Amino acid sequence: MEEQITYKKIDSITFGLMGPKIIKDMSSAKIVTPELYDKEGYPVDGGLMDVRLGVIDPGLKCKTCGLKLKECPGHFGYIEMARPVMHIKFIDVVLDLLRITCNKCSRILLSDEKILELENDYERLIQFQDDTDKRKYVKQFIAKERSLSKCPHCQAKQEKIKLEKPSTFLENDKRINPVEIRARLERIPNDDLKLMGINGVVARPEWMVLTVLPIPPVTMRPSITLESGERSEDDLTHKLGDIVRINQRLFENINAGAPEIIIEDLWDLLQYHVTTFFDNEVSQLPPARHRSGQPLKTLTSRIKFKEGRIRHNLAGKRTNFSARTVIGPDPRLEINEVGVPRVFAMKLTVPERITEWNEKYLREYVEKGPDTYPGATYIVRPDGRRKRITDETKEQLLEEIQPGFIVERHLMDGDVVLFNRQPSLHKMSMMCHRVRVLDGLTLRLNPAVCTPYNADFDGDEMNLHVPQTEEARAEAEILMEVQTQIISPKIGLSVIGGSQDALSGNYLLTQKDYKLPYDVAIDILMRIGVEEFSRLPKKKEVTGKELFSVLLPEDLNFKSPNKLYKTEPENPESVVIIKKGVLVQGIMDKSNLGEGSGLLLRQIYKLYGPKKAVLFLGRMYRLGIEVLFIDGFTASISDTDLTEDGSKEIKSVIDKAEKDVLKLIKQFHEGKLEALPGRNEDETLELKIIQILNKARNEAGDIAIENTPHSNSIDMLKSGARGNIMNIAQMSALVGQQAVHGTRVVKGYTNRTLSCFQDGDRSALARGFIRSSFKSGMKPYETFFMAMTGRDALMDTALRTPKSGYLYRRLANAMQDLKIDYDFTVRDASGKIVQFKYGEDGVDVAKSEGGKINVKRIVSDILEN
Amino acid sequence: MVIMMEKLIEKYSNKLPRKLIDGLIEAIPKGTTPKKQEQLFQAVYDEYSNSLAEPGQCVGIIASESIGEPSTQMTLNTFHLAGVAEVNITTGLPRLIEILDGRKSISTASMEIYFNQNYDEKEIIKYASKIKETSLRTFLKEMDIDISTNTLKVVLAEDKIDEFDLDLKSIAKNFEKYLKGYKVRTEENYLLIKHNKEGNLNELYKLKEKVKDLYVHGIKGITQVVPVKKEDEYVLVTAGSNYKEVFKFDFVDKERTVSNDVFETEGMFGLEAARNLIINQIIAVLEEQGVPLDIRHIILVADTMSMSGEVLGINRYGIVKEKPSVLARISFETPLKHLISAALSGEVDNLNSVIENVMVNQPIPVGTGLPHLITKVVQTKK
Repeated sequence: MEEQITYKKIDSITFGLMGPKIIKDMSSAKIVTPELYDKEGYPVDGGLMDVRLGVIDPGLKCKTCGLKLKECPGHFGYIEMARPVMHIKFIDVVLDLLRITCNKCSRILLSDEKILELENDYERLIQFQDDTDKRKYVKQFIAKERSLSKCPHCQAKQEKIKLEKPSTFLENDKRINPVEIRARLERIPNDDLKLMGINGVVARPEWMVLTVLPIPPVTMRPSITLESGERSEDDLTHKLGDIVRINQRLFENINAGAPEIIIEDLWDLLQYHVTTFFDNEVSQLPPARHRSGQPLKTLTSRIKFKEGRIRHNLAGKRTNFSARTVIGPDPRLEINEVGVPRVFAMKLTVPERITEWNEKYLREYVEKGPDTYPGATYIVRPDGRRKRITDETKEQLLEEIQPGFIVERHLMDGDVVLFNRQPSLHKMSMMCHRVRVLDGLTLRLNPAVCTPYNADFDGDEMNLHVPQTEEARAEAEILMEVQTQIISPKIGLSVIGGSQDALSGNYLLTQKDYKLPYDVAIDILMRIGVEEFSRLPKKKEVTGKELFSVLLPEDLNFKSPNKLYKTEPENPESVVIIKKGVLVQGIMDKSNLGEGSGLLLRQIYKLYGPKKAVLFLGRMYRLGIEVLFIDGFTASISDTDLTEDGSKEIKSVIDKAEKDVLKLIKQFHEGKLEALPGRNEDETLELKIIQILNKARNEAGDIAIENTPHSNSIDMLKSGARGNIMNIAQMSALVGQQAVHGTRVVKGYTNRTLSCFQDGDRSALARGFIRSSFKSGMKPYETFFMAMTGRDALMDTALRTPKSGYLYRRLANAMQDLKIDYDFTVRDASGKIVQFKYGEDGVDVAKSEGGKINVKRIVSDILEN
Repeated sequence: MVIMMEKLIEKYSNKLPRKLIDGLIEAIPKGTTPKKQEQLFQAVYDEYSNSLAEPGQCVGIIASESIGEPSTQMTLNTFHLAGVAEVNITTGLPRLIEILDGRKSISTASMEIYFNQNYDEKEIIKYASKIKETSLRTFLKEMDIDISTNTLKVVLAEDKIDEFDLDLKSIAKNFEKYLKGYKVRTEENYLLIKHNKEGNLNELYKLKEKVKDLYVHGIKGITQVVPVKKEDEYVLVTAGSNYKEVFKFDFVDKERTVSNDVFETEGMFGLEAARNLIINQIIAVLEEQGVPLDIRHIILVADTMSMSGEVLGINRYGIVKEKPSVLARISFETPLKHLISAALSGEVDNLNSVIENVMVNQPIPVGTGLPHLITKVVQTKK
């Protein structure tokens, strides 16, 4: 079972220009004809689809390397240019070089002393990290220092050089052709180039004038065969065809001794084709087009932008062994599980190497084949040959396999997979789950992990990836599994926790006088996955707190206030006390079980580790739901019914506020309103009105809450499962002031918001104050204002997303290399120190308590025991 | 016992951060036995060393995720009315982008000017008016154009001039500086502005409008000054920022007065101050938006921005440009520009950073890609 593993590692990549010699050396064919295929449809020798450049047809063999389709990487060819042409991307550099060098001797236009001075200046140049900056500086230096009209070396008279865009050079309004330019550039010594920040060894300037054009391999510009059997060539092939054709014509004309004008014209045409071959978006040139009129996509546009080679193919890869579909909730799964449909499990495979120990069951899988679950799809022989398992090959394969073979078996329960939802904004957007193969066609997840993924079930889809190597699985398990991600590195608080039903249920369960029969309690425990009942006191009736305590670790001591503490600190139920694993007092709600704060969760995570925390969380979640199943839990419209006194009181509050506003407006019109410092009267009025209305809204809301009878909706609100006081108040009392762009509604007609109001009406109702409640229904104009805010909010999100996305991309790009080194310093990729100690104390936020080490807790823990 | 404690503090001073030791001293009740004390110190040290970030952790990515993720939840509302009477200040996402961009000029510069002693309200209003940029408009009573002599007559309100402690002559002198080619004379309570040469009437009409906005008094660029009560003292909140000029006044507390302009702060107080300002400003934005974020991430961003010796923005002209790796620069923005530049100077990319190794399909040099095994290769005989 010996394997020969060779790792080829790329150590570094050097950039440079290609000269004619290099191009010829690396080429495997010289292209001489624009024809592509002969009559039989076979690639023409010396044509652009020459088989020496690689193969794109199945069945053909590459003449250079002898490999077949998909194996041959492709090979370059070249064209000999009839006349040299400029490389459009280096036009600016050539212009600079021509300007700063002598037209006779091509030395830099600086006297020897000045050159020395510039070299001494080099130290200053070092601070320009970017070479473009360096070049700019040198250019300016030379522009300042050069002896104007005469070369200091050969005394030749210098002329002004102009670039007529895109690629024509003029000296004193006389055109200098690429031949002449090339000759001048050839003469520039390497030492002078060095001053310009150009490395003459890898990038000779004359190479920027092309005498030989490399032809990219056909594998890079494959043709597509259409349904009709017709071939459709790639854009690049089209362009290269143009180049070769014109080049041949130019050759012929030169050889035939055609007049200079014709040659010049063809030369210009050749220049145009070569330019658009490199970049079809040069601003002064009309882009080369298809016959259909759509511009060709040539080299530059293949590289640039998000869809270009770099960001699309190099910085982002695609994978096999992945799946994507709609997600759905299933609280009966553990937090770290994912429900995978059986159809998926039969397509996604895990390679498993046969050993003495697993041979037996792997053989069974092979026997079952790809179509029965659990089965296997492929086997891989030690020599790397893959064999598909089919009914025909099954028998033979079963005989063949032995330890050392790899079986690609179906995905099974307990396999390690990665689960992800876009946008992947933080590392919790991609976590490792254990597979649970289920019936159905959706991916299932425990609703407790919705928060980190930011998922809901209104049609969201998520992705699943199956790691294929042992290393990948190990990394996924240790670094990415859900239980290791409970505490967020953002603030050091939990991101996973109970929500919705789980909170309502546990809130009701741990109420002071909640009791349930013993057998029901056992029933619930069974259903949430607890099979050990010894901790439940053997009584006819157990309290909810006793039931809840069964889930807690046996030696847990814990004390923490809950949501109630803010409003009723004297109420004993407002402080949760757990002694030796028994919930003695207090109601469990969001502050202890939910995500975000989740104090009890965090304590368990800290003291008992991720495994127990996940177990507790899963059970707690199911417990909440089971409790609701028993008692029933409905929110109805009558939950928002107010008492009569309440509605009256609310009405009077709003009426008073409206009157106050009118009073203010009157004051304003009489000029009696005193402006606040730094504001004019108009702004002051607005501010004061907003103040009054907000106050009224809050008051009305408070009254609404006081006068709403106890209901399930209120329980939901109090437990922190869903909703807040505002929501209730908006349904039962009033909706309140609508704001557009942070102010009261102002847009619309001149001096008024809607045509049903009077000109200049600034009263509450005319500027977007909605005094109706959602339940009572809104007036027409109120509906309109509401719609305005809705649109405003919609716009805000639509505009924000790309902005914050770009900010995130920039941040990630700038800081992706920062890591903690072995000496605990934070360094970037080149080893520069950014911080001597991460965050100035070296503490990992995800391991801390809200970013801090809780000294007080440690002290009290030790002193009390 | 006290001596014992000091010994412990000394012993752990190199092992524990100052903050933790201070916290311990505070938390340990009096009368704790030395043995218990030592035990406590050890326990805190244990917890501290267990909480340390591990080598290889890619803290940069975590920091950018931690800032990038909440930024999707922030509002785009540019202006924010802090309190009732304060100055409009850009907040939220636009402000965050502005800070991280390292912009040289920000959209709403602002200063908080503290006083070096408690002045009464009258004085404070007087000082505020000294700082605020005031144009001629404030002092203007009437304006006339004398067609016969081609002169512009500007009559000023004397009470206003007195209020600001000014005199006509100095105003006239100032004006001559701004109005090139004009002569400014003073007479009684008015200014006479006349063209040096034969000016025409049209020009004079234009001048009339121009003169109204001419600077007369205060600090240029500070367009608004509002006194705000903070705890038990007054603070001047301004729109516009200018350290140099503000510090010329002797009523200003130079130690506490701050601006929100990072670039100006860097020029005035140096890099370290700018770095701290970046941290404070980001914290302020996030706090105002109600998105909690650990300070370590913010510090790391600020340190990255100020690593090179000057504040660099997180964009293609700043930090990304400074990256030594060609491929890392290419993968961000303007790939061709960088490719051409790299080709000219024959740059070598040593594949040190993350993105390049992603490009060439190799393990990245962070996290579990960091450690290497070194082993002797045993030659097997064939």
